[in-house]
Amino acid sequence: MSSLPTLHGPTWFLAFREASRYRRTRIGIAVTLLVIALALLGPLIAPYRPDAFVGRPFMPPGGGFLLGTDFRGRDVLSRLLYGGIPVVWMSFAAASIGMVLGVTVGLVAAYSKGWVDEFLMRVMDVFLSIPLIIFVLLFVSLIGTKEWLVVLLVGVAHMPQVARITRGVAADIVEREFVQFAEALSVPRWRILWREILPNITTPLLVEFGIRIVWSIAGIAALSVMGYGIQPPNADWGLMINENRGRIATRPLPVLAPGLCIAIFAFGINMIAEGIAGTISGTSRKSGGEA
Amino acid sequence: MLWRHVIRRSALGVFTLFLISLIIFFATNVLPGDAARAILGRSATPEAVAMLKSQLGMDRPLSVQYLAWMGGILHLDMGMSFISRGPVWDIVAPRLMNTLLLLAATSLVALPVSFVIGTVMAIKPGRLFDNAMNGFLIGTAGIPEFVIAIILVLLLSTQVFHLLPSTALVPPGQSVLENPQVLVLPVLTLTFAVMPYLGRLIRASLMDALASEYVVTARLKGLSPRVVLLRHAMRNSLVPSIQAAALTLAYILGGAVVVEFIFQYPGLGSALQSAVAQRDVFVIQAIVLIFAFGYIAFNMVADILTILMTPRLRS
Repeated sequence: MSSLPTLHGPTWFLAFREASRYRRTRIGIAVTLLVIALALLGPLIAPYRPDAFVGRPFMPPGGGFLLGTDFRGRDVLSRLLYGGIPVVWMSFAAASIGMVLGVTVGLVAAYSKGWVDEFLMRVMDVFLSIPLIIFVLLFVSLIGTKEWLVVLLVGVAHMPQVARITRGVAADIVEREFVQFAEALSVPRWRILWREILPNITTPLLVEFGIRIVWSIAGIAALSVMGYGIQPPNADWGLMINENRGRIATRPLPVLAPGLCIAIFAFGINMIAEGIAGTISGTSRKSGGEA
Repeated sequence: MLWRHVIRRSALGVFTLFLISLIIFFATNVLPGDAARAILGRSATPEAVAMLKSQLGMDRPLSVQYLAWMGGILHLDMGMSFISRGPVWDIVAPRLMNTLLLLAATSLVALPVSFVIGTVMAIKPGRLFDNAMNGFLIGTAGIPEFVIAIILVLLLSTQVFHLLPSTALVPPGQSVLENPQVLVLPVLTLTFAVMPYLGRLIRASLMDALASEYVVTARLKGLSPRVVLLRHAMRNSLVPSIQAAALTLAYILGGAVVVEFIFQYPGLGSALQSAVAQRDVFVIQAIVLIFAFGYIAFNMVADILTILMTPRLRS
């Protein structure tokens, strides 16, 4: 932070500003904004309705259909332009839920120490032992395929990893003098957690938020690809892959186009996370290797 | 002292598995879509549901049912499938073998490849190979498995080259081992999915080791670079690498669900997917439990290996 002349603004903003010195951050921000713009503005410029049957099934590109038609004879480009919103909002929402839950658990564990810490982290370990996709599939199979349920489950599945990271970075902070100072002034506990400790771990948490979004994109889109996300006849990038994968050999575009959109979105967020991680020097730089 | 750590860690693993089994059991029994309702569908009459429940022994207290279920699992009796009307274990066992085969084949490819890449990067940091590989690994890190799968299918089996089957369909009555070509694309997909994490982690841990004081000392003693690398640096970077490898295996377990679905590979993941589609509750219970068992086991092995290889704990 020494290169910054002044420290005005919220800590997350400063972290972003510092990270934007790296080229990978700038690439990431540009790519991410592009995908979000495509998802939000796409419906305005789509030539057809996403559920309109406008041609024969699997027509090749051309003749008014830039990317051809899908298995039902719907315009692939229009479905692509309409189909971005679900994965964008669902992955942000799921990652946010995971951050709120995980940061809360991690902060309380790091600050409480002792048996509360031990108990909370053991509970997190239990959650951690079911892979994300399987955790979501188990409950979706029992309750049904609903968007809010998928978002909630993916969010809860992120909680243990976020809690671990939060506890790890907060463990040093809780020993610092200013925390003891606040305790001596009998500042309420929640205020110490949120006002004293949290601002000091913003940067690693931002990196974690980015990683969680990337995993949410992969998880939510994968569920969609398997048929447990957005339901037909709605347009969704993952669902498009599910619907058209049978003819991938002769008509690759209806599968490849949404697949690339999902990949580019994940790539963009990952680059931003890498950029912010780059501002943390030394060994505290950790990217999660598991879902 | 050492063995106390190992025993403690193992006990913790068993306890975690016990809690997981409770969660799976109660989730499938308490939530609105319980087994009987799942079988009969939402329009079933209460009488029909009650009758099926008593047939399945589901009118007994939950604790009794749990003990019966758990006791059965310990004897590989996981109940009956509602769809195939056969024992769950008969459905699950061959699928489990295929998934383990996929896991083994993937680790045989992904672990050495990542190890070599990470090592070469760490030996000459900042050089062309390191920079190019680093860019490639960072750039591909977030790409979902199914996109990698799609790209590989287009490259290797349908559009550019026509080398490999695009699906892993095995003729009935034959095993995957008799058709090893179906393994290639799923293994490649999972390898590309884990390589960014594993390769960079091995690079980082080896670079840490190379920068440490004992390596500098060894160099100053006049030992050859090869000896310093093999005897001193690599041995100490092995601990984080082994842990990363075990965690990677646990990760592949989850990633295998999507990859098996895409390639229609006859493993546990695709079995879970179709059991979920058909609401075959006992099959779902069994497969989720097996996945959790594998996940816990790999994590436990990682921790125990770390304990065994950390000199501080060994003395």
